[in-house]
Amino acid sequence: MASLKQLSAEKDLFASGHRACAGCAASIILRQVALVAGKNTVFVGATGCMEVVSTIFPYTSWKVPFLHNAFENSAATGSGIEATYRSLKKRGKITKKINVISFGGDGGTYDIGFQSLSGAMERRHDMLYLCYNNEAYMNTGIQRSSATPFGAHTTTSPAGTVIPGKQQFPKDLTEAIAAHDIPYVAQAAPHNWADFTKKVEKALTIEGPAFINILSPCPLGWVYPPHLSIKISKLAAETCFWPIYEVENGIHKINFKPKEKKPLLEWIKSQGRFRHLLSEKNKHIVEEAQKEVNRKWDRLLKMAEAKI
Amino acid sequence: MEKIIMAKTGNESMAEAMRQINPDVVAAYPITPATEVVQIFSSFVADGLVDTELVLAESEHSALSACVGAAAAGGRVMTSTASQGLALMHEVLFIAAGLRLPIVICEVNRSLSGPINIHCDHSDTMASRDSGWIQIYSENSQEAYDNTIQAMKIAEKAFLPAIVSVDAFIISHSMERLEVLPDNEVQKFIGEHKKPYDLLDVDNPITLGGLDLQDFFFEHKRGEIEAMKEAKPIIIEVGKEYGEKFGTTYGFFEEYMMEDADFAIIALGSTAGTTKVVVDSLRKKGMKVGLFKIRVFRPFPFEEIKKALEHIKVIAVLDRVDGMSSFGSPVFHEIRSCLYESETKPVITNYIYGLGGRDIFPKEIEGVYKELEEIAEKGKVKNLINYLGVRE
Repeated sequence: MASLKQLSAEKDLFASGHRACAGCAASIILRQVALVAGKNTVFVGATGCMEVVSTIFPYTSWKVPFLHNAFENSAATGSGIEATYRSLKKRGKITKKINVISFGGDGGTYDIGFQSLSGAMERRHDMLYLCYNNEAYMNTGIQRSSATPFGAHTTTSPAGTVIPGKQQFPKDLTEAIAAHDIPYVAQAAPHNWADFTKKVEKALTIEGPAFINILSPCPLGWVYPPHLSIKISKLAAETCFWPIYEVENGIHKINFKPKEKKPLLEWIKSQGRFRHLLSEKNKHIVEEAQKEVNRKWDRLLKMAEAKI
Repeated sequence: MEKIIMAKTGNESMAEAMRQINPDVVAAYPITPATEVVQIFSSFVADGLVDTELVLAESEHSALSACVGAAAAGGRVMTSTASQGLALMHEVLFIAAGLRLPIVICEVNRSLSGPINIHCDHSDTMASRDSGWIQIYSENSQEAYDNTIQAMKIAEKAFLPAIVSVDAFIISHSMERLEVLPDNEVQKFIGEHKKPYDLLDVDNPITLGGLDLQDFFFEHKRGEIEAMKEAKPIIIEVGKEYGEKFGTTYGFFEEYMMEDADFAIIALGSTAGTTKVVVDSLRKKGMKVGLFKIRVFRPFPFEEIKKALEHIKVIAVLDRVDGMSSFGSPVFHEIRSCLYESETKPVITNYIYGLGGRDIFPKEIEGVYKELEEIAEKGKVKNLINYLGVRE
């Protein structure tokens, strides 16, 4: 396991000069993943923010092989690369170990690419799928996804005079993928680089499919000043809104337990997308959201305790 | 060289060609009536007759997406599908062609829903005709086999993907005599896999499929258009080489009794076989009729077609699809368009037939030839667009 000091001495494989917004967490995430994965890695990116900001022809931020196919098929595309790798290895045409990492935002992963991801995981390709979850379709201008939090304002779940933001709780994709009984599933957040890079390393070491769902704060969509991305990421973990945990061979393990769980209201207050929830008439929404966070966190604690 | 004589269906013939090609990767999703191709190939894998990596995807969209990944990683890649499956692949068809990946699809022509139907027409491949894939239609099992082997070579020379198709059930499920080449001869013919790029060459990293905006997109598309043009001599060259080595030469089309014909039917696929029988019988009666069978529809060999048809008086384009344009079918449009430049300007009519697998009978084809004769006598066309064998 490389330390931050060691990693910082490595040459960046996701180069600067890309066109991501100031404060974008997803670009930090990709840079870290590329550093950990190293040069013998092929990346596949779904259509979305990160594909757009990193590949505008004739420029590229990728100093490793990179392929973009379409929106909903990053997992299937990666599975094809892995199949050729296995085939050529079997036929003695390739000897070195090469990693395959497919990634997508929550749009390309939770929603339109869900089937493709499920298929690739079930087929047990030796690959890592990474979801940078910024909780809405940010690339097209902040539309709701099935990862968007309860009550959040997006352009298709606007905080209106009658309906106050998104009316549904997000899909628990991490658990849905864990239900595929693959060897490794994890949730991470970019403020905790040590935890995250360790998880990437683990995912690439194990044989078979791995899935990492990493929260990716988005200043534009979540409406906060760009310099606060890492703080907001930390707050997501401290409020248990976004638990940091892993499921290794079916066993849940919590990687970060706050000494004292911070109230969800702190997280809600930190972002403009929840602004409308601070009014008296929407107080019940905050309460409901807190109740859901408690329920999920307690469930996770129980699973970790029971080692299931 | 000794050919092996077998009895095989269209599906079995294509699967046999796939076995002999022994691709690096096959990623597929079974669909009626192409299911057998995937099934038979799965048995080849299970029995160790090929060492292909088989990816049994959860949909056709993922199957072709995996093919794109596999081919971009430097693999020789094939798949098989039909109808709704090809429609579900539609988005990725354009991407595979745009990335210039030489993937081959063994396709079975089946109607597109709705209403749902599992039988033959050409609505599926015709709906994909603008996707940048080479399209080769087969009359029978033998052609399906020969075309599959040639398509692999053509695709890798042109760096364009190719679809080889057969008519659902009529060919896909009919047992016919098949001459199979020895395995090593097929391998020799297709040669070492030629790859446009190699994502697994991690020492020389490339970015593929990046965002291409107003400043470069058009140039890249222009290159793709040129590649389709350049595929024409490649198809001829490969068809000729196939003939020299194995006995049957293939071109863009087949001319059957066309040399002195006054009246011609243009058809694709199995109907060409039925039409040949009708041509034979009408010739005996002294009618100067011929058949023009289109084998390669993409790239469209317009100059060659124009030259081949200029001397015909009246032509009927039989199409197993209607383009829903309210003005006839795709093949009709393109044939008519390429004869616009001709000085003789043959009269051309359109007969749409056989949608959803409705049989076409020799009697009906005979009727078409007779109508062509009447048109020549009267000097005018009664109906430009006709529907054959439908209750009106």
